[in-house]
Amino acid sequence: MTVGLLSLLLLVLAALGFVVGRQKAIASVKGDTRNLHSLPAYYGMGVALFTAVPAFALMLVWLLVQPVLIEAQVTGMILPEDIADGSSRDLVMSDVRRIASGMDVLAERGLPEAEFAKLVTDTTALKTRLADAGVALAADINPHVAEAAAVYRAEVATGRAWLAVAALALAVAGFLLAAMRVTPEFRARNVVEQFIRVLLVAASSVAVLTTVGIILSLVFESWHFFRLYPAKDFFLSLTWAPKFGGGSSLGIWPLLWGTLYVSAIALLVAVPVGLMAAIYLSEYAGPRLRSVAKPALEILAGIPSIVYGLFALMTVGPFLRDWLARPMGIGDSSSSVMTAGVVMGIMLIPYVSSLSDDIINAVPQALRDGSYGLGATQSETVKQVVFPAALPGIVGAILMAASRAIGETMIVVLGAGAAAKLSLNPFEAMTTVTVKIVSQLTGDTEFASPETLVAFALGLTLFVFTLGLNVLALYIVRKYREQYE
Amino acid sequence: MNDMRLTERAVTEKAKMSARGVQVHYGTNHALKDVDVDILDKTVTAFIGPSGCGKSTFLRCLNRMNDTVASARVTGKIEMDGQDIYDPRVDPVQLRAKVGMVFQKPNPFPKSIYDNVAYGPKIHGLTRSKAELDEVVESSLRKAALWNEVKDRLAAPGTGLSGGQQQRLCIARAVATSPEVLLMDEPCSALDPIATAQVEELIDELRAQFSVVIVTHSMQQAARVSQRTAFFHLGSLVEYGETGTIFTSPRDPRTESYITGRIG
Repeated sequence: MTVGLLSLLLLVLAALGFVVGRQKAIASVKGDTRNLHSLPAYYGMGVALFTAVPAFALMLVWLLVQPVLIEAQVTGMILPEDIADGSSRDLVMSDVRRIASGMDVLAERGLPEAEFAKLVTDTTALKTRLADAGVALAADINPHVAEAAAVYRAEVATGRAWLAVAALALAVAGFLLAAMRVTPEFRARNVVEQFIRVLLVAASSVAVLTTVGIILSLVFESWHFFRLYPAKDFFLSLTWAPKFGGGSSLGIWPLLWGTLYVSAIALLVAVPVGLMAAIYLSEYAGPRLRSVAKPALEILAGIPSIVYGLFALMTVGPFLRDWLARPMGIGDSSSSVMTAGVVMGIMLIPYVSSLSDDIINAVPQALRDGSYGLGATQSETVKQVVFPAALPGIVGAILMAASRAIGETMIVVLGAGAAAKLSLNPFEAMTTVTVKIVSQLTGDTEFASPETLVAFALGLTLFVFTLGLNVLALYIVRKYREQYE
Repeated sequence: MNDMRLTERAVTEKAKMSARGVQVHYGTNHALKDVDVDILDKTVTAFIGPSGCGKSTFLRCLNRMNDTVASARVTGKIEMDGQDIYDPRVDPVQLRAKVGMVFQKPNPFPKSIYDNVAYGPKIHGLTRSKAELDEVVESSLRKAALWNEVKDRLAAPGTGLSGGQQQRLCIARAVATSPEVLLMDEPCSALDPIATAQVEELIDELRAQFSVVIVTHSMQQAARVSQRTAFFHLGSLVEYGETGTIFTSPRDPRTESYITGRIG
């Protein structure tokens, strides 16, 4: 039974549970629903939830655990001599899985099960058959591998069958148990409420667990990297020169410098413009203008960063080169820190302005009235009362914009170039941590050399950096909240 | 009404501000209809009336705070010392320096106590030196009966004070710009009885220096602190006169109903 069909069956059972639970509740009070503790639908809902949710939970866990168990069993069948030079157990196991899935395709096309036993012994015939089924294998199939594939396929099939039996049994058990508990005194409303709370907790823990998973995978791979490459060189070396084939120099400083330089220029553009736009929108603009201008500004935030990257590459870069860098004789390249920084700054304007606008609007009108009542002008009020009151929140907004700037990739790829350099000249091409993560992982590479694993260490550094900024931003914003009332 | 201080009603009859035929519209809502009032110099004038009767609206006309409300439209004539305050030549910002305002809810700025009081003198350039500014801050805080409580923590944030202290800080802030008229919009509605008593005492002392106009929902308060009372109802001024007369022998039946608690 396939997972889809099983799910459908469970849903049908749950729907049936709803109807049965509701009917039984109504019947138990002879149609006078006022005598029930809860509305009849709650009884139905209770039965449906007890039918479907545990069964689906079981299915989810089963589907996650089953491949791990089968893999562990099948991998024992591959002997060390079956693994060719330059290959690895992982690669052989992926062959096993491909052959097994090819066999599934053949079975669907009507190949009788008895034929497979013959094919496992005749590996050349198996190979041609699999090629027909769209599974092309490079080398000849090792008999052990073919056997392993057959076992793998059989195990998966048995697992599926047991899954169906277990899930259905659990669903029916839940159904009966819940249906039996339907009496007029049964507090179906409270039980459903509890159930829904558990579901909500589960949903929120998914988000948290995913974050933990991401961090763990980063930490794990970074640890691999630091076993191959000394941490001292990574954090202290001033050169970045990866050479595939060994002898690379992987110092993070040129990349970090590029990241910070580009981000700093971006913030220098985004913060003044964004703040002034926010002050205008919240303090001076009339409601009609505001209702048009604010969404228009926020459209900027919806433009994908690759489009900004093209803008940098085609327009801003050449403009800065021809009108600033060349006349001043300080640069000859259209990709430069300045190009990427300016365009990234334009991208960040709506973040700064939109967040700051909300924060400035949250300043109580009473403070403005108090200032006007003392004979202050509008700009005096903004400068001396509204802005200081909103400052902590605005700092939070700026830090959030900063962590976006640090994580930005596309604009830098197209605008700043790919040369890792430590230089003060903003019209020179430089690169950032994110760009190097991409370039270290693109192409045909294996995840065993320091040159590729360095990407994880870079990612972890970046993660810690932006996490720190976000924590700081949250801390400041929270402190700000306590200021009024 | 036993605590009416009928002996202290002696006042000058010189009008500080006079309003003639004042109308206010908020969009299509006619909030204030044809109000004529004279605010006397060095006198406490109380505006009473049920909620929504226009008393706060009229108060906000006196320092042109309604200018900051986009939908408000004010017609009629309001003069201060013979000068029409709605004349285009009058700068509303200058006017508000002369007509101070204290709001219903204490609204200290999120600054230090000192900076709250020094705000007005600083923006109007009223002092020439730091020492002079210190003096203004101290005397304003003394006038607001707050000096003794805060003199050791002038650098502490104004928002950290208690509700009553915050309201007195706002009064000190208004007093610091040396206004000629002080408008108070239900200044005690957010305060407990003890803080209310302190503020009322303060209002009586401030009368020596300038006119005070107070909007209040408490008739006892109006009777206690004011020499003149105006009763507003449904956007019109029903009766205006000497406080003792209004409370003891009102001419209009609506006034009588209100002060005896039958409408409102």
